[in-house]
Amino acid sequence: MIHSLFLINPSGDVFLEKHWRRVVGRSVCDYFFEARERAGGPEDVPPVLQTPHHYLISIYRGGLFFLSVIQAEAPPLFVIEFLHRVAEMFQDYFGECSETVIKDNVVTVYELLEEMLDNGFPLATESNILKEMIRPPTILRTMVNTLTGTSNVGEKLPTGQLSTIPWRRSGVKYTNNEAYFDVIEEIDAIVDKSGTTVCAEIQGVIEACVKLSGMPDLTLSFMNPRLLDDVSFHPCVRFKRWESERVLSFIPPDGNFTLMTYHVSAQNLVAIPVYVKQSISFFESGSGGRLDLTVGPKQTMGKTVEGFVITIHMPKAVLSTNLTATQGSYTYDPTTKVLVWDIGRLNPQKLPNLRGSLSLQAGAPKPEDNPSLNIALKIQQLAISGLKVNRLDMYGEKYKPFKGVKYLTKAGKFQVRT
Amino acid sequence: MSASSAFSEEKGGGGSSSVEPEFGHDPASGGIFSSDYKRHDDLKEMLDSNKDSLKLEAMKRIVAMIARGKNTSDLFPAVVKNVACKNIEVKKLVYVYLVRYAEEQQDLALLSISTFQRGLKDPNQLIRASALRVLSSIRVTIIVPIMMLAIKEAASDMSPYVRKTAAHAIPKLYSLDPEQKDQLIEVIEKLLADKTTLVAGSVVMAFEEVCPERIDLIHKNYRKLCNLLIDVEEWGQVVIINMLTRYARTQFLNPNINESLLEEGGAEKTFYGSDDEDEEEDDEEEDKEKKEEAAALAKRKPYVMDPDHRLLLRNTKPLLQSRNAAVVMAVAQLYFHLAPKAEVGVIAKALVRLLRSHSEVQYVVLQNVATMTIKRRGMFEPYLKSFYIRSTDPTQIKVLKLEVLTNLANETNISTILREFQTYIKSMDKDFVAATIQAIGRCATNIGEVRDTCLNGLVQLLSNRDELVVAESVVVIKKLLQMQPEKHSDIIKHMAKLTDNIQVPMARASILWLIGEYCEHVPKIAPDVLRKMAKSFTNEEDIVKLQIINLAAKLYLTNSKQTKLLTQYVLNLAKYDQNYDIRDRARFIRQLIVPTDKCGALSKYAKKLFLALKPAPVLESPFKDRDHFQLGSLSHLLNTKAGGYQELPDWPQDAPDPSVRNVEVKESVPEWTKCSSREKRKEKKVEKPFYSDSEGESGPTESADSESDSASSSASASASASASEQSASGSESDESGERSDSEEEDEEEEKKRKTKKKESIKAVQQSESEQSSDEEVRKVNRKVSKPPPRMASESESEEDEDSPSDSSQSESEDSESEAEVKKKRKITPPKAPAKPAKKEDKKEKKEMSLLDLDDFEPTPSPQVTPVGAFLSNSLVTDLEGLSLTDTVLSPATISPSSALKSYELLHRITGEGLWVEYCFSRQPFIHDPHMVAVQIQFTNSAAVEAKSLRLEEAKLQSGMRVKEFPEIEVLPAGESATVVMGIDFCDSTQAANLQLCTHTRKFFVSIQPPVGELMIPSFMTENEFKKEQGQLMGMNEITEKVKLVERCQNEHAIVQRVTAAANLSRVPCGSDKECRFAGRTVTSGSLVLVTVATKEDGPCQLTVNCEKMVIGTMLVKDILLALTQ
Repeated sequence: MIHSLFLINPSGDVFLEKHWRRVVGRSVCDYFFEARERAGGPEDVPPVLQTPHHYLISIYRGGLFFLSVIQAEAPPLFVIEFLHRVAEMFQDYFGECSETVIKDNVVTVYELLEEMLDNGFPLATESNILKEMIRPPTILRTMVNTLTGTSNVGEKLPTGQLSTIPWRRSGVKYTNNEAYFDVIEEIDAIVDKSGTTVCAEIQGVIEACVKLSGMPDLTLSFMNPRLLDDVSFHPCVRFKRWESERVLSFIPPDGNFTLMTYHVSAQNLVAIPVYVKQSISFFESGSGGRLDLTVGPKQTMGKTVEGFVITIHMPKAVLSTNLTATQGSYTYDPTTKVLVWDIGRLNPQKLPNLRGSLSLQAGAPKPEDNPSLNIALKIQQLAISGLKVNRLDMYGEKYKPFKGVKYLTKAGKFQVRT
Repeated sequence: MSASSAFSEEKGGGGSSSVEPEFGHDPASGGIFSSDYKRHDDLKEMLDSNKDSLKLEAMKRIVAMIARGKNTSDLFPAVVKNVACKNIEVKKLVYVYLVRYAEEQQDLALLSISTFQRGLKDPNQLIRASALRVLSSIRVTIIVPIMMLAIKEAASDMSPYVRKTAAHAIPKLYSLDPEQKDQLIEVIEKLLADKTTLVAGSVVMAFEEVCPERIDLIHKNYRKLCNLLIDVEEWGQVVIINMLTRYARTQFLNPNINESLLEEGGAEKTFYGSDDEDEEEDDEEEDKEKKEEAAALAKRKPYVMDPDHRLLLRNTKPLLQSRNAAVVMAVAQLYFHLAPKAEVGVIAKALVRLLRSHSEVQYVVLQNVATMTIKRRGMFEPYLKSFYIRSTDPTQIKVLKLEVLTNLANETNISTILREFQTYIKSMDKDFVAATIQAIGRCATNIGEVRDTCLNGLVQLLSNRDELVVAESVVVIKKLLQMQPEKHSDIIKHMAKLTDNIQVPMARASILWLIGEYCEHVPKIAPDVLRKMAKSFTNEEDIVKLQIINLAAKLYLTNSKQTKLLTQYVLNLAKYDQNYDIRDRARFIRQLIVPTDKCGALSKYAKKLFLALKPAPVLESPFKDRDHFQLGSLSHLLNTKAGGYQELPDWPQDAPDPSVRNVEVKESVPEWTKCSSREKRKEKKVEKPFYSDSEGESGPTESADSESDSASSSASASASASASEQSASGSESDESGERSDSEEEDEEEEKKRKTKKKESIKAVQQSESEQSSDEEVRKVNRKVSKPPPRMASESESEEDEDSPSDSSQSESEDSESEAEVKKKRKITPPKAPAKPAKKEDKKEKKEMSLLDLDDFEPTPSPQVTPVGAFLSNSLVTDLEGLSLTDTVLSPATISPSSALKSYELLHRITGEGLWVEYCFSRQPFIHDPHMVAVQIQFTNSAAVEAKSLRLEEAKLQSGMRVKEFPEIEVLPAGESATVVMGIDFCDSTQAANLQLCTHTRKFFVSIQPPVGELMIPSFMTENEFKKEQGQLMGMNEITEKVKLVERCQNEHAIVQRVTAAANLSRVPCGSDKECRFAGRTVTSGSLVLVTVATKEDGPCQLTVNCEKMVIGTMLVKDILLALTQ
């Protein structure tokens, strides 16, 4: 299926290549580079390219291109999903997925890739299994290995590989048994000029950090599971129980994982926590324009809005800005034409305001359109959909685990049109 | 960093990590270029040292070089030496190196092979697996046989992980040497029967790469795959689902076949072809149904979904909740291609969810959604807003979303969509704006109500400052105006004015075309435009020039008074143009329009030629008709057929025989049932002794499946009740198989119950007699024809699958029927002797059989025998029916059989009073399906008792194995005893040389099997038979002419003689001129197909198809002998 993988950095150098079948020459990447030239930005490169002898499927992740070469029919999503899994595995192993880190750990990376694919077909992609086969590098382990001559490679086949729960390691032991669940919701919304919501939906995810000994069998139930419109689960969740009882029953992987993602549909009215009053206008003469933004809290359920940031992609003609912010700070990058206003915590008493003038390139025509505002924000201790975890029960083990649930609301793709 | 210093530094530093970063950072590693040789010398030195840490360090550096694409092939000899290194990490890195360079240095690579061969025998499964992985990855042609052997061995390894690796190795070997295909298919077939989830995905992957056309291999595994699916790892799920989609398209009927008639919208109607075709299909469908009813296969309503079809849909649905986008997409395409229309909707939500994922995922999903929305608009309509575009989306995503929005537009939502479009038009992304304008044009053509609104909107865009926007609008307006030009002369006028400003050639050309086409609507402006154009003619682009000529010609025809000179002028300019297209056009048009003396008849029609009414263009989605590619595939995405793409077949007109998917204890011969059911109704009694008689099994079982969900407890209760009757009476039993389905429904149901009952009884017996090991609640079933591979060490547990209905059914009956089992067991012994005594049996039967029953009647006997042996299988099922575990069979009842041909093993004189005979009982040997069961009878005719009788292996041919019988401690004088032993003859007729020991002495004896005993019956339908036969042509086919002896003329006698000569089963066949038999060799499972074709006068023809030519030849001889004596 997947013949080869090339990792390409932003300047267009192939800094790692791995072949699972016959060696494919690097020159195949030239087709990709051509396509990249044509595309506006890295995001615009078509993920699937056809070349005379191969098909190139690439993803753009963390500033790097993961380019895979395939020779015959294969489901494109299969390859794309796998590449993302590779990127996530790097993240998991090395803390980040960047060129430096990959180069620093090139041998581990190579061993990982070797285990993840056999003849181009995924072999072991569960992080728990891989970590038993190839231990992630830590300073301590490196020192121990140096002294004792032991290696980072496991000699036994991880038991998980053979069991029906391949995601869990066997023989897990902790002194403090704890299970934390973060319910994170993101608001995707488009708000139009007049402040009415064009569309809004809530995407939620439950991130879990489970450090429990043995083979715990957990059950997580919600106060109001009917809210959830669409869900997807980690393979560990028993679907049948969800179908019949609306509870999440699972034997968790060890460590961090995404338990489920869910979707609260637009049909349930989504509370938009903030409003933005904006006016951006350009003078007919084409010499400049005005910008006036005021933001305030709307439906925040009594919680404070934090980390409020507005990002505006200005039209190309905007040369510079001369603005004053009553709260927070703003920056304008004249090369990328991005205006960022970092407001921070929203104070309901004194509404933050940003106003001032924009200067345009001399002779440039008045921009046709107004830029839209992208909003980022955070609300702690609130799940905007109203979802609440009812209880977490554990079966199969005797000890009493420490449990915790955290809620967080964020702005996802939150856009205000102007 | 100079090479030597690097070395010493590392030595000093010692730690790998301390150096590695440096290494990685070092841009292009100056060292490599400056002192290539020296540097490699260092590495060689390190590799030669006896310190593992140094070796590891060296290997790490080498691998880092490989990773960066540097050539390190000159290190090959130094590296390959370390292949047997103890340190596992060094070893792994050496493997990496080896796989990378082995192809270039084949000779040296061979040095490492023995290490891997040793590794293949290692007790550690990880080592075995990795040895196989590397061995199969080394692309060296010489070792193909070794690889083949290793794969075959690993395919029956006890560790599922090793078997998985074997599955992965199959495509590797195939790509290296496609000639191995046949052998590899055998391995695939074997692995397909594997019941572990770990193997399933990999073997299907291998199947897809090696033999995707061999859909017949899937039949038996279909239900198992469906049931295992949810537990298979994600990647395997994708592959299996895609494969099953294709499979289902060949095996089931179109679930939407009836709806297509009722449908209102033309677009929807044509989902699977044109309307006509659909109706035709429907007619044929009905015809077929009639036939079916006539054949009493099943009572069908217009469309009843095959239960297996339903099973697939049901078992894939939960996977829509997978976190893996590829799995979700796979399920979505499966539903799109296979589900009834009403059920397809469920996938929309899941696909919309994927839009939250990475942009690459969005890209692929949107492409597929775009295709789906054309055919199933309603499905995505509720999610319209999810496709709204954000300014931050990448352009390609925006364009795709736009496509979806356009496809979703209808009368009710068009206003919201247009409002959205309005905001998009203001975007900074000009490509996107252009796409939006086209989208508006398409909405306007598709939805009449908004045409004017759209047109007005587009006309406003004509005053846009951006030329690209204007140009795009012009092009779209042109297309729209063509629909109703007379109403919009003012727009045409407006556009005429634009020619002064607009520079984009396509737009100019469009305007000119419009004016020319509708010059009678703008009679005053048109000549003026031509005048301007004539002026600038030489500076225009080619497409514009062509349109100017066009305009001139049209004006000349309508308004020659004003434009004659202008036209002449333009044509003259064109005559000397650089572009020959333009020169040609000018010449051509001049001839047509300017009347001259010589001009032909055509000029009379010039007006008609130029000013004919042109049909308005249809603005179509580029995604139209893309769904003939399997959705989610690469080919669909690229809209061209990618290499290795397997076409999605069209639905069959008639569903192929569904019974091929039955996996059951007693194999069935379905077609036979069909053709015979009628007559046999009367003959029930004849068949009764064979309570497990295979016939009719599959048909009813199938239908039982279909109702399984509702068949419910009542059925099971009564079933078990009647089960007791059945077993008690022994020979009394089933009316089931023989009933024709045309009888009333209750009867049919009854039949089903009985069928099930039979199954369950067997199941229970198995578990009863076995009670061994496995508490793992998994279902069990066993195939007679193809006993699954079994590893002695692997806890002897096997899983198999069955349709869930079967399982639940049998489970529910478990408890109740246990009692029966006991009864049954009591009954079995007396019954058993009767079974092998088939000749008598047959005779009896023959006398009783009245009609044409003798057609089929003899065949049961060989079939029955194995079934009897398998009675002891256990069928432990759980309601979930997800997977199964088999238990090993306990010794089945052994019957001395006088009917079987006995051979003398030890003469009573040589044996000093001990007389030993053996015969081939034709029962599968329970401890090992690859062994032939040999029944041995000891008779002590001496005056004293014989003690501790046992067999010992003496000199066996290589590969032969023997499973001895338990020692007989004492055999009193005058008594006899019977035991069963198993011998794996390796499909050869070589004698097994053994030592027979008594407490006093030893005798050398040998058992030689007739070739006909080296096989077990295999059950197949006529079609399967033909197919298999088609694949065993040429060298594998042996044909002989036979002159039948007098007594042997009728079919019955032929069947009897052939089955006596060889352990084969009869294959049902429509013609009475042919008898067909099928079996498989015991050890390798190679097919043996025998056909005896009789002719009215003259000799009959005997054909044997077998992959093993030796067996084939010998079998021909044996059968010939049997038929002629």
